Amino acid sequence: MTSTILRLPRFTGRLILGFLAQFGRISLLVVELFRGLSEVRIWVPRTFTEAATVGAGSLPIVLVIAMFAGVTTAFQAGYQWQSNLPVYILGTLIVETIVLELGPVLIGLVLAGRIGARYAAELGTMRVTEQIDALESLGRSPASHLIIPRVLAATLMLPVLVIIADVVAIVSGLVSVKQVLPVTDADFAYGAKAFWKPFDAYYSLMKATSFGFAIGLISCYMGFNTKQGAEGVGKATTAAIVSSSVVILLLNALLAKLLVST
Amino acid sequence: MIELRGVKKRFGEQVVLDGVDFEVREGETLALLGPSGTGKSVLLKHINGLIRPDAGKVIVDGLEVATLPRRALSELRTRIGYVFQNGALFDSLSVFENVRLGLSDESKFNDLEYAERRVTECLKLVNLSPDTAKKFPAQLSGGMRKRVGIARAVAGAPKYLLYDEPTSGLDPVNADIVDELVKRLDQELGVTSVMVTHDVRGAFNVADRIALLSDGKIVLQGTPDEFRESEDPKVKAFLERDFEDSFAA
Repeated sequence: MTSTILRLPRFTGRLILGFLAQFGRISLLVVELFRGLSEVRIWVPRTFTEAATVGAGSLPIVLVIAMFAGVTTAFQAGYQWQSNLPVYILGTLIVETIVLELGPVLIGLVLAGRIGARYAAELGTMRVTEQIDALESLGRSPASHLIIPRVLAATLMLPVLVIIADVVAIVSGLVSVKQVLPVTDADFAYGAKAFWKPFDAYYSLMKATSFGFAIGLISCYMGFNTKQGAEGVGKATTAAIVSSSVVILLLNALLAKLLVST
Repeated sequence: MIELRGVKKRFGEQVVLDGVDFEVREGETLALLGPSGTGKSVLLKHINGLIRPDAGKVIVDGLEVATLPRRALSELRTRIGYVFQNGALFDSLSVFENVRLGLSDESKFNDLEYAERRVTECLKLVNLSPDTAKKFPAQLSGGMRKRVGIARAVAGAPKYLLYDEPTSGLDPVNADIVDELVKRLDQELGVTSVMVTHDVRGAFNVADRIALLSDGKIVLQGTPDEFRESEDPKVKAFLERDFEDSFAA
């Protein structure tokens, strides 16, 4: 009886302790990351290489997703369209939907899978094959050699990819909406400009940057703390994708509340 | 000099080291023997601070490793070459880049001409041709990987060399080659070495002194002759079993 009563508090306690331990380890990783920043000659060239790999490697999937996001937004707009509304509103609707929400969130979620899996699997494999231990035993910092370049590459490249995705999605949205409704280029451009604020672009880029940082940090953390061989690498990779995706959605809601909620 | 005093380490419920005391004198080669899974590699990782003890002290050159600040620990590690069990070579880097990373002095690391010369020297030291530098770890055999791992460990001219099972997974011929290599390097470079192994024959062939780790404690530490003459049942059991295995093989 007593053990049944104690089970819930014990479970809750373990859950809280587990959360605090994870939080502590992530905080330590962030501290290591800042410490490693002093080794500029190590992380700068590696960041460029990593950014080029992440950017060029992700471009095809980003273009495909952006194109279909634009097409789908346009067709959905056509389906829900009321004839008493001015057609230029379509420009507003498509551009704002893509820039404020679809561009950063869709690309963030897809890259959480693509970049997150890669980082976690790479670092996880390095951990279980003692390559990270080898780096440390050579007196070199894993933060400046492995983590800073990856986190920075994801943080810097996500906004770039989101800008490209936004442009492609808007163009494909314009082409598609013209197939279903009688809207001209001028109407679309007028609508796009009518409610456009420069803050919309900053907001979109702020989201993309924070998503990139979250993907980089979480995936590196998961990979860096991998245990138990190949199975551990699999678990770390899955955890990196799931955690990054959840954090992206949380950040999305948080930034919406903090920055655009009235 | 390397000293371990009362070192304890546990992972969860499992006690791995339960008050380990031993020392490695300047210039000697000490073989740390013990059955698989007794914590020999864990003990070795305490020496260069890759693992911190729960209790006790690990002292290298008069410095207590676990309490060293980050920079001092990095500096100490540059004086300790570590040869990992499976080489732990960086897959994405060529053999040249792997060995070059062993150059702890940044100015030497960035001097490409010096780095090329030193990498070639280190590869020759471990009986590998300079052409190996262009290859990637995936293109090397198990024995070659181990030798590249040794080349990387000696590239920075360390004072200490720690070998983690340098002959595990190798056939007897290659194991003998690596044992001879370890012996020759220790003599030529004048380093102080600790070699973790469960290969009794190799340990007797290479080491000046031997320590046996069992049940989290050092059972005996002494010369090969002292080991042969020991009446300790754990020592006798381990030696008899392993010599039988060697002859059976």
